[in-house]
Amino acid sequence: MSQVDIFSKHAAGSKGTERAPMPTQPPEERVKNFREVSLGYSPETARREASRCLQCRHRPCTKGCPVGIDIPGFVRLVAEGDFAGAAAVIRQDNTLPAVCGRVCPQEVQCESLCVLGRKGQPVAIGNLERFAADWERENREDAASKPVSVNGKKKGKVAVVGSGPAGLTAAAELNRLGYGVTIFEALHTPGGVLAYGIPEFRLPKDILAHEFKELERQGVELRTNVLIGSTLTVDDLFAQGFQAVFLGTGAGLPNLLGIPGEDLNGVYTANEFLTRVNLMKAYLYPQVDTPLYLGKRVVVIGGGNTAMDAARTAVRLGSEVMVVYRRSRENLPARREEVLHAEEEGVEFRFLASPIAIRGDEQGWVEAIQCVNMELGEPTENGRQGVKPIAGSEHWLPADSVIVAIGQGPNPIISRTTPGLETGLHGVLKVAPETFMTTREGVFAAGDIITGGATVIKAMGGGKKAAQAIDRYLRHKNSRLIGQSIGEV
Amino acid sequence: MFKILEKEAVAHNVWKYVIAASDVAKKAQPGQFVVLRLHEQGERIPISISDWDRDAGTITLIVQAVGHTTQQLAEMNAGDHILDLLGPLGKPAVIEQVGTVACIAGGVGTAIIYPEARRHQEVGNRVLTLIGARSRDHLFYQEELAAISERVLVATDDGSYGYKGFVTDLLRQLIDDGIHLDQVIAVGPIPMMQAVAELTKRHDIKTIVSLNPIMVDGTGMCGACRVRVGDEVKFCCIDGPEFDAHQVDFSSLLRRSQLYERSGTSCNSTENMGEGCDGQCHK
Repeated sequence: MSQVDIFSKHAAGSKGTERAPMPTQPPEERVKNFREVSLGYSPETARREASRCLQCRHRPCTKGCPVGIDIPGFVRLVAEGDFAGAAAVIRQDNTLPAVCGRVCPQEVQCESLCVLGRKGQPVAIGNLERFAADWERENREDAASKPVSVNGKKKGKVAVVGSGPAGLTAAAELNRLGYGVTIFEALHTPGGVLAYGIPEFRLPKDILAHEFKELERQGVELRTNVLIGSTLTVDDLFAQGFQAVFLGTGAGLPNLLGIPGEDLNGVYTANEFLTRVNLMKAYLYPQVDTPLYLGKRVVVIGGGNTAMDAARTAVRLGSEVMVVYRRSRENLPARREEVLHAEEEGVEFRFLASPIAIRGDEQGWVEAIQCVNMELGEPTENGRQGVKPIAGSEHWLPADSVIVAIGQGPNPIISRTTPGLETGLHGVLKVAPETFMTTREGVFAAGDIITGGATVIKAMGGGKKAAQAIDRYLRHKNSRLIGQSIGEV
Repeated sequence: MFKILEKEAVAHNVWKYVIAASDVAKKAQPGQFVVLRLHEQGERIPISISDWDRDAGTITLIVQAVGHTTQQLAEMNAGDHILDLLGPLGKPAVIEQVGTVACIAGGVGTAIIYPEARRHQEVGNRVLTLIGARSRDHLFYQEELAAISERVLVATDDGSYGYKGFVTDLLRQLIDDGIHLDQVIAVGPIPMMQAVAELTKRHDIKTIVSLNPIMVDGTGMCGACRVRVGDEVKFCCIDGPEFDAHQVDFSSLLRRSQLYERSGTSCNSTENMGEGCDGQCHK
C-alpha cells in the first residue's frame, strides 16, 4: 500500500467524524461518590476514535510527549483492534500509561500538536492511551515486560528515593536496563503524589497498586516507612552497596499564603486536606480512624490541578465550594477537563481575586476570607500574565473552611542531611544538565525536586532520562574500574 | 511490621512499649519522634521516642492511652505488630554544655525529658528535674531521672506526692531561691509550657519547649503541624519539634491542637495536645 493510499484511507475515515467524548458518571451522581468520573472508552469507541488519526509522516504529536511515546504507532494498533500490541508500544516508553492517560495535560502536550486540531478536534490521544493500558490490565495478567537481567545477574544496585512519578519511572527504567533497584518511600503507601494527592475519582488507587505489584513482580524492591535523610542517609545507602542514588523526592512542601489568619482552625493546605482524604480515607470516617472536619462553605485558593482536586473532593464531602483564583479563566493552570468537571459538579469560580486575610470566630475557627480584586497586567519574566490588586476592591466572602492550593516547594530533609548537595532557587537540587547528577558524585535527581512543582508526566520524563544517565555513569565507572584492575595485573 | 517486644504499665493509663525497629534505633536522638499507624484503618499519630537500644535494635515509646489510637495501642500486647512506623523524625535536640539546666516535664512529657536530661548530664551539665503530674499514680521514670539529676522535684495536682500544686511553682521557687539556671527545657501540656515560658522570659532564661501538634505525615508534606515562631511559620515535623519557648505563639498552638474536638471525634486532639495531655480538656 502506498503512502497516498494510507493517507486517503485515514482521511476518509476521519472526515465528518467527531472526537469521541469520554463517557462519564453524570455530575449529579458522581458528586455523591468517590468512584472514577471518567468511565473509559469501549473497544468500539476506541477503534473509531483511533481511526481518526491521519498517521502523519512527520508525527507532530510525538514532539509534545515528555517521554516520547510512539503515538501514531500505538494509535494505529488500537484502530486495528490490536490492543495488546498498542499497550506494548506505549510501554516501551511509558511505565505508567494507565496513570498518564488519566492525569497528563494532553491538551497542552501531544494533542496540542495534532494536525486534526487545527480545524477541528485533535485525536483523543490521552483517552486512547488510557484505553490501551486499562485493556491490558484487565485482559492480560502477565502483560508488562519481563524482567531483564544480564546472565541472570544484575549490573549493579541503585537506590531510588521517593515512589512518585519520577522515582517510579526511574525505577522501572533502571530495572529494564538490568540494575537491581530498591525504592525507598517515607509514607506507608507508595505512589507519592499519585497516592496522597490525586483523588480516587480521578485516579483509582487500585490502578496504582497494580503498577507497583507489576514493578515488584519484575524484581524491583519496595521499602515503605523509610525516610531517606533520616531513617537512612544518602551515605548509608552507599555504605549498603548502592552504587548510585536517584532522588525523586518531589515538591512536597506546601506553600502558604502568608496572610493574617492562616493559622486559624479550618484552614488547610491542599496537601493536608487531600492526604487525609486520599491516603488516609477520611471520607470513610468513622470506619477509618482519620478524621476531617470540613465546613459547609469551602473556599479553595489556587487554580492548578491540586486546587481542582481539592474543590471536587470538598464537593463530594457535601460542601459548597468556591475556587478563588487571582488570574482569569484563560490562565487557569489546571487541566481543562478538571475545570470542566469541577464546574459540572457545582464548583463556583471567582476569578481575578486574591485573598488578603482570613477572619476567625471567637473559638478561632474560620468564618470569612477577605479578598481583593485583581487586574491583569503585562506578562512577567516567567511568561505568565502579571496581576495587580485593584485598590478599594477589598471584600469579605463567608467561609467555614479554607483550602490553600498555591503550589509546593521541594522538601528540605535530604538537602539538609546530605553533605555536598547544593540547592538553588527555592531549595531545588542543583543537577548538571544531561547527566542529572547533583553536586554529589553518584547522586542523581529529577522531577519536582529539581524543577519545583510541575506535572506528573514531566517528572516521569525526567525520571526516565535520569535513569539513562545513571546507566551511562555506571557503565563508564565500571568499565574504568575494570580497566584499572586489568592495568594492575 | 514492627513487633512489640515488651509492654509494661508504668503509671496510671501509661504504657511503656519496647518495639523492634532497628533502623530507627540506630539513628534516634533525644528530641525526636516517630509516626505510627497501627492497622489498615488506622490514623497516623506522632509519638516521641523516649529511649533506644542501638545494639538490640529497639526503641522505647511511652504512651498515655487518651485518644482513639493510643487506646487501641493500649489494648495491644507484646508479640503484636504495629503496621507502620516511620522515624526518627524531627530535628534532634541541641544539647551543649551550658552549666545548670532545669528539665521540666508535665505528665507524659516525662518520657521525652528523660533522654534529653540524660544527654545533658552526659555532656557535663548540672541537671535539675521538675516533674508535674495529676497524682502519685501518674508519676513514672522517677528513679531513672534521679540517677542523672542532681535533684528531682515533684509536684502533683492533688498533693498525693511531693509539692501540691503546679510544676511551674517549683520552678519559681528554684529561681526565687537564687539558683542560677542557664537553660530550661519544658515538655508537657501546652498551658504548662506557656506558663514556664512566661516565667523564664521575665528572668531571661533561655528556654526550649518540645511541641507535639497534630500531624499527618510527619515529613513536611501536609503542613498540619505549622506553628508560629517569632515572625515565621514553622513546620513542627521538620523544623522542630523543639523551639525557643519565648518565640512560640502558644495561643495559636493551643487553638489548633483542639481542632478535632469540634468535629466530634472522640479524643483525637488529646493525642496531639502535647505529650503531657491527660485528657483534662474533655472533662
